Amino acid sequence: MDKHQIVIIGGGSAGIAAALGAYESGIKDILIVEIANECGGILQQCIHNGFGLHTFNEELSGPSYAEKYFNLIKDIPEIKITYNSTVIKIENDNVLTIQSTEGLIKVKADAVIMATGCRERPAGAIGIKGNRLEGVYSAGSAQKYCNKQGLLVGKNVFILGSGDIGLIMARRMTLEGAHVLGVAEIMPYSNGLARNIKQCLEDFDIPLYLSHTVESVHGDGRLSSITLIEVDDKLQKIEGSEQEIECDLLLLSVGLIPENNLIEELGVKLDPRTKGAIVDDTYMTSIPGIFACGNALHVHDLVDYVSQEGRRCGKACGEYVLGKQNKNKIINNVLGNGVSYMVPQSFHFGNDVDFMFRVRKVFKECTIHIYGDGFDKKIKKLGIVPSEMQKASITAEELKNLHGDLSWEVIE
Amino acid sequence: MKLVCINCPRGCQLEVENINGEIKVTGNSCPRGAKYAIDEITNPLRTVTTTIAIESVVYDRLPVITSSPVPKGKMMDVVKALKDIKVKAPIKLGDIVVQDILGLGSDILACKSIEK
Repeated sequence: MDKHQIVIIGGGSAGIAAALGAYESGIKDILIVEIANECGGILQQCIHNGFGLHTFNEELSGPSYAEKYFNLIKDIPEIKITYNSTVIKIENDNVLTIQSTEGLIKVKADAVIMATGCRERPAGAIGIKGNRLEGVYSAGSAQKYCNKQGLLVGKNVFILGSGDIGLIMARRMTLEGAHVLGVAEIMPYSNGLARNIKQCLEDFDIPLYLSHTVESVHGDGRLSSITLIEVDDKLQKIEGSEQEIECDLLLLSVGLIPENNLIEELGVKLDPRTKGAIVDDTYMTSIPGIFACGNALHVHDLVDYVSQEGRRCGKACGEYVLGKQNKNKIINNVLGNGVSYMVPQSFHFGNDVDFMFRVRKVFKECTIHIYGDGFDKKIKKLGIVPSEMQKASITAEELKNLHGDLSWEVIE
Repeated sequence: MKLVCINCPRGCQLEVENINGEIKVTGNSCPRGAKYAIDEITNPLRTVTTTIAIESVVYDRLPVITSSPVPKGKMMDVVKALKDIKVKAPIKLGDIVVQDILGLGSDILACKSIEK
């Protein structure tokens, strides 16, 4: 059986960065298992720009960011990549079964990094009524057909979900000649970036139906119309508010879910808020030797943060493999008012930590209050929203007198 | 006229008035907001990203971007003008695939390197 020090599952933005971090920590034998014929993951179909402001000081398109970051590892011989390959099983003691163009291969790893990204919530999960019709696609699949193959999967489009993927596709389909009839959003506000509402909807006069959802789809084989319905402040459908909208394509942008099948089978502990693994500041999950980073750990909105997190994970994983990890006591994060989730959920005393978190609602001006026995810190913030991940970097030096848990709250 | 500034997460609510040809902006917390409002009123510009056809062993489409933003009203025209263009591999990230598209002063650049 082949053996590697670290196997990274996924060569997207998280996986590439993790490989770099692992190499920088002194690991000489890294294998990336990538399902496509190139690295970059979802970036390869995100042809819009806005990526890389922090990392490269430019607002690049997805493929450009992927290429620039990949260039940082492509000439490192200690990092090997197997393309058109997928891990189909992880057994105890990190034995992986890889399906590749060479057939099925079993590989043993000292440590595994899950950089598997996330998947889109499908139609079945949100209970849209109607038959299974051609013309109902996830926004991401429509994006892939359009940007990788130049195919428009419909001409008269309605979009459910006003998160950034839905907004980006509203613009993309319009530019390609489709007629986008509207975007429905179940909440009374959109959680997409303000710049996307402006540049994807307002620029093209595409109506945004807040507090609305799609109740049912209609058609004979192919979608021919949808029933749009209003919801109340408890998100319950308002009878009598239905309107039928003729369209041949319904795009669903209704949430992303971290992809953790392989380790769920091993009984990994998941955080119900992130839907990803619970990790400490080394990004190790509850399964010894298995680490996670990127969208597989929690869904990100800034690729720069994915790269930073991947690199931290790779470095920490490398230190674990080399027996250099911090074995101090573990401190738990306790989340109070206004904080939706925190990654990592716990951390080692004596480490500098980058905490990534989201808030529960829009705060115009607020203070992030981080405190415990022997520590008190207040960070002033202007205008933070749930859809933009926040970062708080705290050093070991600052935390040296902390006893017990670390508490977090947002004060308005 | 009301506008939301998109330069930073603060999202200041801007009020723009045209007083005898002079544009007055209020509600901004920084000078970038004032500039954004003036640009949006007088000559809104947008970066265009799309794909063009490529002759390659591996890929069907090459992602491209305008080298500088073009007038908002010309976005659709730019995409239309690229529909019949086909380039050949090899291409390097940053290559100019079309110079001065529609005479707008912006080039079309390759966003990806494609070897063959």
